[in-house]
Amino acid sequence: MPARYGMVIDLDRCTGCGNCTVACAVENNIPPGPPGVTDRTGITWMRVYEADNGEGFPETQSAFVPVMCMQCEEHTPCVSVCPQNAVEVDPETGIVGQIPERCLGCRYCMAACPYHARYFNWWDPKWPEGMEKTLNPDVSPRMRGVAEKCNFCHGRLHTAREKAAAAGNAAIDPADYVPACVESCPTQAIVFGDLNDPASEVAKLSRDERAFRFLSRLGTEPKVSYLSSRAWVRSLADRVLARDQKEEARG
Amino acid sequence: MDSQWIPRGLQRTSFPRFLAWILPWAGLLAWGLFGAALCLIEGLNQTNMDNRFAFGLWIYLDLTIIAFGAGAFFTGFLLYLLRREALRPVINSAVVLGLICYSGAIIVLMVDVGQPLRAWFTFWHPNTHSMLTEVTFCLTCYLTVLLIEYVPVLLKNRQFRRIPKMLVFEFELHKLMPILAGVGAFLSFFHQGSLGGLYGVMQGRPFAFREAIGIWPTTFFLFILSAMAAGPSFLIVTTRLVESLTKKRLVDDRALRTLGRISGFMLAGYLALKAIDTLVWINATSPGAGFPAYEYYERASFGTWILFLEIGVFGVLPALLLLSRHTREHRGWLLTAAGLVLSGIALNRFVLTIQTLALPTLTFDPFLSYVPSWQEVATFTAVVAYGVLLYSLSYRYLPLFPQERELAQS
Repeated sequence: MPARYGMVIDLDRCTGCGNCTVACAVENNIPPGPPGVTDRTGITWMRVYEADNGEGFPETQSAFVPVMCMQCEEHTPCVSVCPQNAVEVDPETGIVGQIPERCLGCRYCMAACPYHARYFNWWDPKWPEGMEKTLNPDVSPRMRGVAEKCNFCHGRLHTAREKAAAAGNAAIDPADYVPACVESCPTQAIVFGDLNDPASEVAKLSRDERAFRFLSRLGTEPKVSYLSSRAWVRSLADRVLARDQKEEARG
Repeated sequence: MDSQWIPRGLQRTSFPRFLAWILPWAGLLAWGLFGAALCLIEGLNQTNMDNRFAFGLWIYLDLTIIAFGAGAFFTGFLLYLLRREALRPVINSAVVLGLICYSGAIIVLMVDVGQPLRAWFTFWHPNTHSMLTEVTFCLTCYLTVLLIEYVPVLLKNRQFRRIPKMLVFEFELHKLMPILAGVGAFLSFFHQGSLGGLYGVMQGRPFAFREAIGIWPTTFFLFILSAMAAGPSFLIVTTRLVESLTKKRLVDDRALRTLGRISGFMLAGYLALKAIDTLVWINATSPGAGFPAYEYYERASFGTWILFLEIGVFGVLPALLLLSRHTREHRGWLLTAAGLVLSGIALNRFVLTIQTLALPTLTFDPFLSYVPSWQEVATFTAVVAYGVLLYSLSYRYLPLFPQERELAQS
């Protein structure tokens, strides 16, 4: 059976430190923002939002929500809209991949993405002198004028496959393929693995009673789930739930 | 100075006055080209678009002018295929306006995409499930049709008519017109529709997403009908504008009233379908996707007033004005109604493009606003200036309005 990679993020563990964002940028050769860049024009494949329960002090509670490409499985919005097949779902892994060399830069995929998880290269990628030494040789930098997004550190998957092939194995060792954000999280809030493997931790956690997915009623079947034992955090999943939660809190 | 190029028997302003008219527009064109060049050379960081506002002023205005340019295909369809001879006095003008609108939209698109040199990739690696592929194919083909349709208009110039071979060529092209009108109508149905489909298929954006009829979302059909309402109204407004600028009568009232009646019928059909569509969307589609529809209108800048303005003031009102013979036969009311139709279609395109992107989907994501940069404004100004220049040159040197001489004599 082909793999179906997914992720589970425990929001009760996330402290919003941003380590995952930095590790992601370094791993995937995301260039430093040029002068004039804002949080709306910069590239952050993984972005940490802050949410609160809307209550005043001392009932205020916060949660940090790391959001990246949710690797939608059904009616994948970015795949179906791309006019030149620059976005594809890999049937062997379920990973939604971007082909920057084929991208026209029309940004239709960005408009279609419900998670605002796609980014555009508004500038030429530039690394200050000396910083180019930090470039990851396994990942190609993208040029100006194309869209990009999280691909579950596809470069690491290639490396794991090469290692498996060199050892004469057909399948990779799951321990060899861990995305940078998972590896860097100090609270181990992010779990990654094959959702098709019922014994995997990610598969078990995705079925946990605390598990939920954002905007799941859109029907795009995201492969990234979240965990929280707090009802108001789970109600952030969509606006109908959020409204019901608010009404319930008001009595 | 250029009298040898001016159609025989037609009065045109002196060359210096014509020059004084076109020079400011040429200046605006130059300014706009500078803005566009900055975007092409420095990149789209020159715009105020961002990762949320992936589309901005350009896409909004592109959709609007393509709807306005629908007068070309729809008038051609009515005249050459349905034999509505009353529309013959405006067909040349309709073709020129269509050419301006479509070519202008494509020029702006070439600046809007991040990698314009890869535009041909859509033909090489087409995703047949993408509405944008359908738009690209149909727009490109239809622009070719419009260019061919413009040739016989161009060959009506006095100097070209002195060349016998050109006369034969023009005669032969005229024989092709019904075929071109048919092909143009077919292509236009699809690209007007697929422009609406662009938004209607966005499952991840419940503000824009609509249920499908067959394989197309309802916005596909709404865009076709609204473009068929906007096209004739745009012809009414531009004809009256040219008449007022030149202080001449160019088209008899019958042609414009016919256009008004057609626009009114199309608008009424569009409004009926839109009303059903809106009710289904508010009560079923949007809440089913986890989005209570009233939340879309909780932002001060996009309250329910925008919906009522679009459907009421810019929809029902002009439809009534255009469907009533009494008001349609009044020149002032006809022009007012046509202007309202165009405002409604422009507002509809604005709502679908800008409001769709301004509204957040994630519950913890904020509502955002967007103001275009001067480079974006300049680039679109260049298209307007290009349109005015091409139309001015066509009007001066070509008999755009076949009734002009007859009306001048009477």
